[in-house]
Amino acid sequence: MISFEEVSKTYPGGQQALVKVNFHIAPGEMAFLTGHSGAGKSTLLKLISIMERPSVGKVLINGHDLNTITRRQIAYIRRDIGMIFQSHQLLMDKTAFDNVALPLVIEGYTHKEINKRVMAALEMVGLHDKAKYFPMMLSGGEQQRIGIARAVVNKPPILLADEPTGNLDPKLSMEIIKLFEEFNRAGVSVLIATHDLGLIARMRYRTLTLRRGRMITDGLTESEGDML
Amino acid sequence: MSILFSQRKQASGSRKVGLVQRVFMFFVSHVRQAVGSLGELWRQPTASLMTVAVLGLSITLPGTLYIMVKNIEKMTTGWDQAAEISLFLKDTTSAVAAQQLVARLSAWPEIDSVVFIPADDALTEFKSLSGLGDALAYLPDNPLPDVVLVSPSVEASAPAPARELLNKLTSQREVDVGKLDVEWLERLYAVVNIARDLVMLIGALLFVSVVLIIGNTIRLNILSKRDEILVMKLVGATDAFIHRPFLYTGFWYGFLGGMLAWVAIILILWWMDNSIQQFANLYEKQFHITGLTSTALFVLLGLSILLGVIGSAISVQRHVREIEPS
Repeated sequence: MISFEEVSKTYPGGQQALVKVNFHIAPGEMAFLTGHSGAGKSTLLKLISIMERPSVGKVLINGHDLNTITRRQIAYIRRDIGMIFQSHQLLMDKTAFDNVALPLVIEGYTHKEINKRVMAALEMVGLHDKAKYFPMMLSGGEQQRIGIARAVVNKPPILLADEPTGNLDPKLSMEIIKLFEEFNRAGVSVLIATHDLGLIARMRYRTLTLRRGRMITDGLTESEGDML
Repeated sequence: MSILFSQRKQASGSRKVGLVQRVFMFFVSHVRQAVGSLGELWRQPTASLMTVAVLGLSITLPGTLYIMVKNIEKMTTGWDQAAEISLFLKDTTSAVAAQQLVARLSAWPEIDSVVFIPADDALTEFKSLSGLGDALAYLPDNPLPDVVLVSPSVEASAPAPARELLNKLTSQREVDVGKLDVEWLERLYAVVNIARDLVMLIGALLFVSVVLIIGNTIRLNILSKRDEILVMKLVGATDAFIHRPFLYTGFWYGFLGGMLAWVAIILILWWMDNSIQQFANLYEKQFHITGLTSTALFVLLGLSILLGVIGSAISVQRHVREIEPS
């Protein structure tokens, strides 16, 4: 589903964020991406959502080379990728409902369809009774779940999460991860970047580890052993 | 449409939603954004009113000047036809020869009518008009020549053809001197031409400044919506989708500014009509200023909307591109 082939990213100024990264995530797989702050986790996710372009190498999604995607096509790529951020990236002057509805409005769904899907997504994250609330009236965990509802409302085949549990306590973090597991069971490929090693240790998922821009393990050996 | 996943059912393309529905949703989305933009303006009345006022007044000035020029042109078209050529005949011309000349000239297609004023009649008229009366009686003989007054046809009465006609007339054997009183008319035309050029120039300058003002206002709008634009880009909004509300804002600025200009022009004309009437009375003429015709009104509104949309389009092209999630 997601493939990196010899991908390096050097930022202007010479900072090497990623060095010759190779890995492949299969369709319907759920994996964690870990490493210290500044190891290149965010850069890696940005290369998938084309917020950055690789300096060298190829990023492929479903066999399509992202280097061939033009500026104008980026928007359509992002509709296939649900993105979740540590800082939620919610619109503070819009209700939870309107926030979740945004991807559907952009894609031109009918009013009826939007209503149905947004309520279903809010139901999934357990916030259907807070549709009319503004983000400021919600707790950190609830805000994060609104962000997740927005990411999955148009049923993308790929879900990327950048430190989704960053500000949450372990219990809330676990709830969020459980949500991701649910989506994964529905066939969505999920890649979660986190430095919360304790959280990962409690889960038995493939873990890719970055250190100073290099992938020191792509987690295949351990996870294969675990699965067998 | 999904580039990466050809199988993926998506958006309005799926769920048995046909082309008609999709086109319909496209328009619904447009109307939604247009109304949304209007609501945006409504929520910031002071700032919006100021922008609308700048646009409206900037269009009022060239609009009013344009009407002035149009009216002057209208007024002078009447004077155009009054152009008359006076031909002074040589002393040696006999009365018969003069009559022959008149008969000959009447047949010319460029000439509307010919009036022959014999020297004696002219002297009588001069006596009565000048008040010199008896003094003229002491003259040994009539110093005035015979005169032929020629009124050119409508086509030949504009300055250039009239001058041509004059040349032709003065080359006649019997004619001593010909006089065409169009110089003042030509000067007036030249002044009106300059005025028209000035209106165009002032208009062009103001229009450019309007585009810049709208562009800058929209730029501030874009900057204040930075976060929203970032989020929209993250969830897959196309540039066109993000641009649309701002373009509609420009549209509304233009529309409201145009309406304001219309009202302002009506007020100005109403206010000026009085003094123009007084002016016209001095010339013992009835003259009413012609206001905006409905065509001119539509041109004015269209121009205003165009300026608003151009201003916001320029701004949007530049500044939305600069906002990229990172």
